[in-house]
Amino acid sequence: MTVIDSRRTPLTFDSIVPGTGLAVALKLSRADLIATVAASNLRGRGGAGFPTATKWNLAAAAKVAEGECKFVVCNADEGEPGTFKDRVLLTEYAPLVFEGMTIAARAVGAKRGILYLRGEYVYLRPALDAELARRRKDGVLGAAIGGVAGFDFDVEIRMGAGAYVCGEETALIESLEGQRGEPRNRPPFPVDTGFRNQPTVVNNVETLAAVTAILAKGPEFFRKLGSERSAGFKLFSVSGDCDAPGVYEFPLGLTLRELLEQAGGTDAKAVQVGGASGVCVPAAQFGRRIAFEDVATGGSIIVFGPHRDMLAVAKNFMEFFCEESCGQCTPCREGNAKLLEGIRMLERGECSTAYLRELRLLGETMQLASKCGLGQSSPNAFLSIVEHFPDEVLGRSLAAAGGTR
Amino acid sequence: MLVGSQQKLQDDIRALVQRHGRTRDALLPILQDLQAKHACVPDFAMQVVADELGLHPAEVYGVVSFYAFLGHEPRGRFVVRLCRTVSCELARTAPVARQLENELGIAFGETTRDGRFSLEWAACLGLCDQGPALLVNDRVYTKVTPERVHAIVEDCRRVFGAHAAQTEPAAHAAQPALAAEGGVTP
Repeated sequence: MTVIDSRRTPLTFDSIVPGTGLAVALKLSRADLIATVAASNLRGRGGAGFPTATKWNLAAAAKVAEGECKFVVCNADEGEPGTFKDRVLLTEYAPLVFEGMTIAARAVGAKRGILYLRGEYVYLRPALDAELARRRKDGVLGAAIGGVAGFDFDVEIRMGAGAYVCGEETALIESLEGQRGEPRNRPPFPVDTGFRNQPTVVNNVETLAAVTAILAKGPEFFRKLGSERSAGFKLFSVSGDCDAPGVYEFPLGLTLRELLEQAGGTDAKAVQVGGASGVCVPAAQFGRRIAFEDVATGGSIIVFGPHRDMLAVAKNFMEFFCEESCGQCTPCREGNAKLLEGIRMLERGECSTAYLRELRLLGETMQLASKCGLGQSSPNAFLSIVEHFPDEVLGRSLAAAGGTR
Repeated sequence: MLVGSQQKLQDDIRALVQRHGRTRDALLPILQDLQAKHACVPDFAMQVVADELGLHPAEVYGVVSFYAFLGHEPRGRFVVRLCRTVSCELARTAPVARQLENELGIAFGETTRDGRFSLEWAACLGLCDQGPALLVNDRVYTKVTPERVHAIVEDCRRVFGAHAAQTEPAAHAAQPALAAEGGVTP
């Protein structure tokens, strides 16, 4: 299999021998296993940063209906623009991801696992199916895993069908249940009422691989990396105007400037952190730290060189959100369309400052009133770009707009 | 639709229900397999699936119309999906898009009259470090240039000619290993 190798730094995952983490996990009681993950201070790698051990504790304590079971779902619906680290993990480190799912199943008492793979990654599926078959043969999936009586767990792969919103965990579960991928109201949370209304742990691909590393190397190793509130190493998907785009591993808490030095993009005028749903950080703020307490991200870093038109960037993102909004709630469905209309007015140089203020208020309303993360975060890029680059977005003329793209 | 082909579609659906189960959570896999084999989920198929699973056809239509990879209009044998995310755009997607339209003679969102090609925009393909990127069915092409577009299209045309009667998965297996630079052989 020819693989596009995106790795630009050595990864911690290279040093993890598959099987080590699970072997450690099987020697621990379920409570001690969750305590180990808690001691690492691991927070979800998908972007939201929810403490993994807390999620597992809730699922472990939740009750299962008669004849049903708990589920572990690996969220491999990597759809955030500018993110591709999960593709690398699923290509190069799939055993560690499945091992993480098995450890999670042990911790919460799940019998079934589902890898929800986005439709665009269907070409990864044959290798993933082969890995699952190998694991069943080796006895690390199936009945009595590792010889532990009663520890039965198997994983199936389910394909997405081209819907960004299905990366939101409740929309993902709706999709698994054969519904439109429309997010649910929360609470109840999936840890209590998830797939088939049973307790379900939904973790990102990188989170599960990190769990395997934490069990294999011990929680201390992980907690010592990163900052106080953002422990551990993190993968970053770096793209755009830099010398060496690709996947990088750094401890959390490094500054944007440090990251740009590594990737060769120090002349950038702005960086979009967190993909289309993230924020745009101008050069003056490159001293900010990538961490949950400062600029949070699922790992997407898009670099914009000095000559880039930032309004065109905002337009690209807003077109994406208009396309991908599920349409269920009004702030998101109508708000994204109005913001895109506003961006087109700005592009033509037909937007007054008063109307731009209205658009910003609309964006803030969407952040507060939208039902799920998509609508709550879709105005971020637009709001940060008009805040940091007012002279670039106001007073344009059509000729200038045509010339800068 | 001819009665014979309706019968065949019905048989296909029953086999898929047999394989995936008669529960609601089997709906998406059934529809995905139908899409792969028939290049669409026709209205008649939605009715049959609804009957088999005990759903209202409107429920099935709701699902088919929600997901970008499903649809009731026939798509081409080869669906070309060009990534339109900003990272690829920075690497100059626009001339690739233009040349795809030129080579295929259709605009984005259209299917060639011979039913061979559909041209679509895709949300981020997760190949942001090697754009412009596109997918042809489940085959990946990276660092695409306008010049390479012709070779990519010709690659598909060759396969189509030799295996026109074959179903989608078989046609995939028969595709020659990609010779063009930057391609991936899954």
